[in-house]
This record gives sequence, structure tokens and C-alpha cells, in this order.
Amino acid sequence: MFRRVKHWGPGLLLLAPTIILVGVFVYWLMFENFRVSLTNQHTAKPSNKYVGFENYTNLMADPNFQHSLWNLLILTVVFLAGTLFFGFLWAWILDKPAKGEGFFRAVYLFPMAVSFIASGVVWRWLLSSLQTDQSGGERTTGLNRLLDSVGLGFAQNDWWSNPTWGIAAIGVPAVWQLSGYVMALFLAGFRGIPEELREAARIDGCSEWKLYRHVIFPQLNPVMLSAVIIIGHMSLKLFDLIRAIVPDANTYDVQVPATMMWVKYIGSDYADAAAIGMILLVLVALVVIPYLMYTSRAEKR
Amino acid sequence: MRRRLTLVAAAAALGLALAGCGGAADTPAESAAPPSEATGNVGVFTWWADGSEKVGLDALVGVFNTDFPKLTFDNLAVAGGAGSQAKSVLAAQLKAGNPPDSFQAHAGAELQDYIDAEQLEDLSSFYADNKLTEQFPKDLVDRLTVDGKIYSVPSNIHRSNVVWANVDVLKKAGLDPAKPAENLDAWFADMDKIKAAGKTPLAVAGSWTQVQLFENVLLSSLGVDGYNGLWDGKTDWKGADVTKAIEAYKKALSYTNSDRDSLSDWAPATQLVEDGAAAYNLMGDWAEAKFAQDGKKAGVDYSYFPMPGTQGVFNFLADSFTLPVGAPNPDGAKAWLTTVGSAEGQSAFNKAKGSIPANITAKTDDFSEYQKSAIKDFSQDKIVSSLAHGAAVPVAWLNELSTAVSKFGGDGNVATLQESAAATAAKFAQ
Repeated sequence: MFRRVKHWGPGLLLLAPTIILVGVFVYWLMFENFRVSLTNQHTAKPSNKYVGFENYTNLMADPNFQHSLWNLLILTVVFLAGTLFFGFLWAWILDKPAKGEGFFRAVYLFPMAVSFIASGVVWRWLLSSLQTDQSGGERTTGLNRLLDSVGLGFAQNDWWSNPTWGIAAIGVPAVWQLSGYVMALFLAGFRGIPEELREAARIDGCSEWKLYRHVIFPQLNPVMLSAVIIIGHMSLKLFDLIRAIVPDANTYDVQVPATMMWVKYIGSDYADAAAIGMILLVLVALVVIPYLMYTSRAEKR
Repeated sequence: MRRRLTLVAAAAALGLALAGCGGAADTPAESAAPPSEATGNVGVFTWWADGSEKVGLDALVGVFNTDFPKLTFDNLAVAGGAGSQAKSVLAAQLKAGNPPDSFQAHAGAELQDYIDAEQLEDLSSFYADNKLTEQFPKDLVDRLTVDGKIYSVPSNIHRSNVVWANVDVLKKAGLDPAKPAENLDAWFADMDKIKAAGKTPLAVAGSWTQVQLFENVLLSSLGVDGYNGLWDGKTDWKGADVTKAIEAYKKALSYTNSDRDSLSDWAPATQLVEDGAAAYNLMGDWAEAKFAQDGKKAGVDYSYFPMPGTQGVFNFLADSFTLPVGAPNPDGAKAWLTTVGSAEGQSAFNKAKGSIPANITAKTDDFSEYQKSAIKDFSQDKIVSSLAHGAAVPVAWLNELSTAVSKFGGDGNVATLQESAAATAAKFAQ
């Protein structure tokens, strides 16, 4: 008995602080959040009456919450497609030995060094909705002013101030910010493919396109998957960028579950805020768990 | 080693026990020492971190330091978001049982949330000791009283139904700045002229300023009784007169700047009027302090008048200070509240902030022209509670209505706004 304790005791002792801290600050808080989401705590007045999943069904039936989910979907699609496209494109260009690669790599990667809050302040100005042909048009700033001055005035639009597609405009700075990161992932992937493979393919008479199609792309799949997971779950949690660009938290056009949770929390609607939190947790889990399963299976292989 | 650990554990246990005793024995409301003998720090939580609001707070602290030299003022201000950042920080601290000595809250329904959560001490005996009930207007005291108890000391009174206008722009559009429109229709006709002259008629900013415009169109359209009825259930949100009011609001929005949602707060919208890019801005009278700070002259550079259709009505909100349950220095907090409620404190504070004193004995001889007119109006007008500033309804109700108004800014669907406003009212009204 004692010998067995001696066997696993020190290891447990070493891990105990982590286990306790994670247990309390992650899992217990998660459970507590779930508990609150089952109560009818909709005002500041303390109340612990359990109502089952009523908050969830009410939220799902709420057109405002449906709109926020729709926004989240558009945002995720734009964010994912944009970062994958640009990230891959830049990595592909840089993959061919070119002059000044280090410089361009730094340029592309640089936006990631800026926090969402800081870049959001700049993008608020860039994405200002005023257009030159509207009343007060002389005050037009940002992208609309730029488009007008290069003769593309017709391309001006109201950016995020549009109830249906406005959220896609928030995807633009998000893409700007994280394309470089995806590029770095892909670049590492490209570099991980041994030169011998390419040479062997070329000797076998592969055209450049076939080389990519059958030799290189298949080997980039794991990189692609991690990029999708990382960008996807970031998009679900995206809050700071929206808050920095849109001055008022309670702006319908760009409401996503994360910002709606904040608005509910400020309004002392703790039960609804907790329920939205749980829904977000489930959404993130839906993205992350398949990835974890995939990697653990890959490791076993 | 083990002994040392035991010692630490014992000390910790003792500390906990003492803290527990302290919590139980100390009921601040009954504490006997007069505020003048209090010592130590007084932590006061506000969202007055810059601009005219900071200047006002500093003036108030100046009076406090003279009144109570033994106490040290500890500024716990949190900036940003028209108080929403501060409110979230405060909510977390109150929930954690770690309140400041006093915090700022809007008088009225917003205070109700804290009262319901049993986070505020009853200040009725404090009012009696300082004879405050006689020094505040009866209307105001009535609005502060909940089930016969008073929970806060108002520091000032603001008016939310004021239109600020650029004199130059009005003149160029052929309007007489001295003769503002009498009702909404006449006002819209004026705005058509301004539009024709190539200026933005009405400047507005993000969500909460739109809610403030919405509440005043409702007030103008429905009248005092109709407006008050919206909050106590006597007016039917589904009624035809409300439909008409929402259509008027839609019309008002059509005169506004298209980049309203991009403007970061009320100040940029008021700035448009100041710069002559827009003719009107409906804003609370904190705009007065902004015009004054920027060196503008009333009557020459800008003019002001009650929202057309709301003449003789004072749409009110008030900032007030509280004594939270479990405040670390309740005697110090009471000293602070004494200064807040006093005639000298209110004179100093309101002169700087552009609002008017809640205490009618405060000296106001050197106040600005606008403030003097507001003081006169407050004493004779009908008083209603502002929606956008937490005086009319609890925060949760205001939040849902704000979402609906924000949505309306995009789709302009009158029926949807009316339905969701009615549904929200049905959910929250008692």
C-alpha cells in the first residue's frame, strides 16, 4: 500500500495545486454558471428559483438572440474564409524563395502583435458609415473617404451599420489581424515538406499544379485543421474587437451572443447572461472537441 | 516547519473569525458616532472621470475637505461608456460583498435594483438628522422614497428634454432662433428648411442618445399623462396614439446624421451643432457645460429650448449618492453624504457640472443663464422621469427597450418596435 503511494504520491503532490486551481476557477465556476442559468435570476434582486431550461428555450425563441446567432455565423464564415485565403496566399508566395522574405513575413505577421482593442479604435474610424454623397458628407472619413478620392465612390457603403450584413464588416479587421498568423502556420507547413518529395515528384513528371494538388496540399491538411479550429473558436468568442469598433454595446446591427451576454449582465439579467455563456461554451466545444479527438487519435497512430 | 504552518493557519482562522464578528456587530445605520468625528478614508465610486463631470466632482471634494479635514477622500472613479463600465465593476464588487463607502447611482428606478438586492442602507434617519426633507423639493423626495424609506442623497438635477441649436445655421436656413417650434409638426417643417439649406437638421449619436430622442418624442406626442402611463401600465403600448408617436420618431430619425451609430458618445453629436454641421441636438443639460467649456455664448453661438411639444414639462434625472450595506467606513460615508446634500456642496458641484442643485437652499446667484432658467422651470413645470437615464424603469427593462430602438434605427419597422416595446412592458410592469 505504502509503496504504491510512494509511486504516485509525489506526482500527485506536484499536480495538486494545478488540479485544485483549475477545478475551482474553471470547472466549479462553469458549474456555478450553469446553475445560475437554470434559475429565474433576471433582476438584481436575489432569486434562486429553478426554472429548468426555460431560459434556454426563451432565448432560442427570441428573435434578437436568433439575430445574434445569425451574425455570429456570418462573422465566422467571413473571418475563416478571409484568414484562410490570405494566409494561404501569402504563405504560398513566400514559400518560393524570394528577396526580402523576412521583411514581408514581419509585415504580414505584425498586425497580430496589436491587441483587438487598439486596432479596433483605428478601425472604428476607418469603418465610419458616413458617405460623401449623404448630408454632412464633407465629414466623411476612413475607407469611404479613401474610396471616394481614388474614384471608387460607388463602392462606399455603410459598413457595420447594416442590420443584415453589417457584421461582415467587423470580419474585415479580424481578417487583417489574423491572416498573418495563419500565414505563419501555413509557411511552417510548407517548410515541413522535405525538398526530396518535391524533387521526386518533379522527376516523375509532375506539373507544378499537380505537385501542389497531390503532394503538397494533402500534407497541409493538419495545418489547415488547426487554423480552422483556432480561428473558428476565436470568432465565437470575439468580443473586444466589436466593443472597440462599435461605441454602444447595445447596438442591434452587430449583436453577437458574446456582446448580448454583456448587455444582459449589465442589466442584472444574470440568468439569461449565464445561459448565453453556456450556449457559447457548447458552441466552442463543438469546434474544439472534434479537433482534440483528431489529434489524440493521430498521436496514437 | 509544521509549527509555523499551524501558526499561519491559526492566524488566518482568527482573522476570519474577527472579520465575521465585525460584520455582525457593525450595523452602520445605527452607529452612534456623529460624522464630524469620523476619521480615515472615504472611498467614493463614480463614473465622473473627465470633462465637466470631473471638474464638478473636484469642486465637491474641495468642499468636503474643508468640512471634514479629518477624512481623506479616495477617488474610485471608473471611466467610460456613460457609466456602463463603472456599473459592471460596481455590480461585481457589491456581489462580492466588497462595497465602496458610497457610490453614484441615478435616482429613481435604477436605484430600485440596488434596493431590491438589499445592497443599500435606509437613510431616512440621516434625512431627519440633517433636515434634508425640507431642503429638497417635495416632488424629488417623493421620487426617492420607496415604501416610506429613502436610500440616496441627490447631488444634482438634470433635464433631458432640451434641444440645443446652432444660431448661425438656423439664421441661414431662414429661421428665427428666438422663436422655436411649438410642436413636433412645426419642428419637422423647420427641419425641412434646414435640410434644403444643406445642413444636417438633427444630430444624434449611438444607442442611448437615440433612446433619449425616442423618449422625448413619446413625451411630446403622448403628453405627460400618456408618457407616465407607459411606465406604470396605464397607457396601452399597443394603442394607436403610440403608433403615431413611433411614426413621429421615425420621421425625426430621417432628419439625423447617417453615421449616428459610429459616434462614440453624446459629445461628438453635440459637437456637430457646435461646429455648425448640424442645426439641432436633443441632449441633457450636461451639454450646457460643454458649450461653456468650449467658450461658446448662449444666444450668440447657440440657443436652447424645451423639445417642441414639451413646453412646461421637465424631463428629469438626478445623480445621487448612497450608503451601501457593509461600507467599510459608514461614518465617513455619512460625512460625504452630508457634504453632497449641503447647500455649499451643491452650489460648488452644480456650478461646474451645468446641472441645477437639488437642494433649494443652495446659492445660485453666479450660475449660468441656462442654469437659472432650468431652476425656474424645475420649480414650476410638471416633472416626468427620464427613460434613457434609469429614472423611469429598471435597467433590465431599459436594456430590452434600447435593443428594440437600436434595431429600429436599422429597419425602421414601426410595428416591430411597437410590438417588442409592448412585450417588454408586459414582462416588467407590475
